[in-house]
Amino acid sequence: MDSVAEPPADPPAEAPPAEEWQRVKPALLTVWRLVLLMWTMPMLLVAVVLPLVLGAPVWALLGAGPLLLTLWVWWVVGRHHRSWRYLERADDLLISKGVLWRQMTVVPYGRMQLVEVTSGPLDRKFGLARLQLHTAAAASDATIPGLAPDEAERLRDRLTELGEARSAGL
Amino acid sequence: MTDGDRERPATGADAAPDAPPSSETPAPPGTPAPSEAPASPASPGPGTSAGPGAAPGPDKPTAADKPAAAGEPSQAVAEAVADPGTAVAEEAFPAGQGKRLHPVTPWRRAWAPLAGLAALALQDPQRVRALAELGAAPLLGILAAVLLAAVLYGFLSWRVTRFLVTDTELRIRTGLLFRRSAHLRLDRIQSIDLSRPLLARLVGVAKLKMEVVGAGSSDELAFLGETEARELRAELLARAAGITPEAARSAGEAPAQELLRVDAKTLAWALALLGSGWAALLGLLVVAPLVYLGTSSIFATVALCVPVLAIAWQSGIGGFLSQYDWTVSESPDGLRLDHGLLQRDHATVPPGRVQSVRVVEPLLWRSRGWARVELEVAGEGNDSGMLVPVADRAVCAELVSRFLPGVSIDEAVASVRPAPRRARWAVPIWYRGYGHGVTDTVFVARQGRLRRVHTLVPHAKVQSMRVGQGPWMQRLRLAELQVHHGANGTAAARMLDLEYAEGEIAAQAERSRLGRRSAGPERWLT
Repeated sequence: MDSVAEPPADPPAEAPPAEEWQRVKPALLTVWRLVLLMWTMPMLLVAVVLPLVLGAPVWALLGAGPLLLTLWVWWVVGRHHRSWRYLERADDLLISKGVLWRQMTVVPYGRMQLVEVTSGPLDRKFGLARLQLHTAAAASDATIPGLAPDEAERLRDRLTELGEARSAGL
Repeated sequence: MTDGDRERPATGADAAPDAPPSSETPAPPGTPAPSEAPASPASPGPGTSAGPGAAPGPDKPTAADKPAAAGEPSQAVAEAVADPGTAVAEEAFPAGQGKRLHPVTPWRRAWAPLAGLAALALQDPQRVRALAELGAAPLLGILAAVLLAAVLYGFLSWRVTRFLVTDTELRIRTGLLFRRSAHLRLDRIQSIDLSRPLLARLVGVAKLKMEVVGAGSSDELAFLGETEARELRAELLARAAGITPEAARSAGEAPAQELLRVDAKTLAWALALLGSGWAALLGLLVVAPLVYLGTSSIFATVALCVPVLAIAWQSGIGGFLSQYDWTVSESPDGLRLDHGLLQRDHATVPPGRVQSVRVVEPLLWRSRGWARVELEVAGEGNDSGMLVPVADRAVCAELVSRFLPGVSIDEAVASVRPAPRRARWAVPIWYRGYGHGVTDTVFVARQGRLRRVHTLVPHAKVQSMRVGQGPWMQRLRLAELQVHHGANGTAAARMLDLEYAEGEIAAQAERSRLGRRSAGPERWLT
């Protein structure tokens, strides 16, 4: 909050808004798929190995269900990843996501109460960070996962700066 | 929202923005201010932090031009900055400082154990019969002991509960075993509601409930003498509005001008014309005999009846009791609402914090031109913030335009455009209920066919926007436009044409940006 507390030394330089949609990093897809495998592999192994050990190899076919599910989610996650986009405009940030349930959120800079950057252990391993915006409305829920850490920090600083310049109360 | 914690003494370090009064109020020459010295190290000077909590409020000029009241001991105390721990709480309440609650308060807790015993007796009559064999004397003895313990506890906790009004804060200290001291910043108090439950009315006492921005729970002072409660409320409001302390005490309640009074007949008719209560009763009349025939058990039938009757009661008679003699009046500190037949409640709605207005028109009301108006106010819980239980729509419109200048319900309703016809494939018959409209001042979403609801969100209150589409809506090229506002709510216009929605979200972003710019500063008290 220190950066917020200080009065801005000079009016924030109007960085020319990148008027094109930015995508999230491909490494995010790797993380998601890794997490998927971490959940489904034990199940698959049990379903395949146990029948073989117990001498009833036909039952190993039961593993087909989880396998198909894994493949399907693998594909869905890929599509979902491609759908994530964000766009910085002069006055607001646009975040668009979703394939079946599409949604596009517009958050005006002046309404931001808090911008936070988080990254978990797996995220850090792959050089990822997640940016989350909070407004006074809980329903806003504007999150961008899968940013490069320095990009996330640049965004955070720029957003807080812009938020300060355009701030408005409730 | 995050600055709600500041009012809690537990986060004493955050109280820094509250510090300015100590530098702005010159110490009265006649009064030695010993408590100022230990306090000042804890308070960094003004301007070190300009978090969102330090938004300039109407109180700023006040602190400067307020003459220090000589011979007012609380002045010096006011400069002590809130700090965690009881040590400071003691310091904030020097000997003999602070007021106690009404002496009737201890008795309020006395009946609780008795009620508990009664409930136990009802549940388990066998045990009671066993107890009764002991004879009347021991039984009465137990009863007396329980009652005495309850009264004693009530008395002791009454003894340690004190409150004190300073220039900037209301301080409440309470708790027998777990001490709690709360310092509520006056300019951050969201609302002060006066409530008089039936029994309290008979005794002539009242309860004051104070809500603070974002602080989830509300603090209450229960009970105070009725006139004392009224005066305290007026004093708190006046002080928050920046009237000098001496004047605040004598200013009394700000004058209120009555705008609307719902007469009992209209209210009774309106509630009778609501479908929900009757539907519940009708359903019960059909289902209850069937259940009785099926199970031939009275218990099952009663178990079924009770919740349904509760619903019917709530929407019918309960509604009548609580909404009886609903009065809306205007005063400098906001809209005053008084209502209730047995329990009288008194609430103030600060107009600046209204985030959305809902106009509800049930089917059977429409031919009479009646409507109900509900508000969503920032910082308040999820209880339905009713403004008017029933009134002519024109009256409602006038009322709304009074506290949200430039907002016209008629204009808003007229601006609504219905959903495109192809929406019937998504929501077969009810699609006609959906609609969306925009005026210069508000975003309007309509929904419902029998019970028509218009939701109005002023552009200046929109926090963020979203266009959403489910799989089926994508096929139909329809979309939903949501706006999120600060009362943790969402107003959604469903079943819009996709291109229209996409154009509209861009336009809405622009409108709420401009609306925000032209909106005045946040004001509660003027």
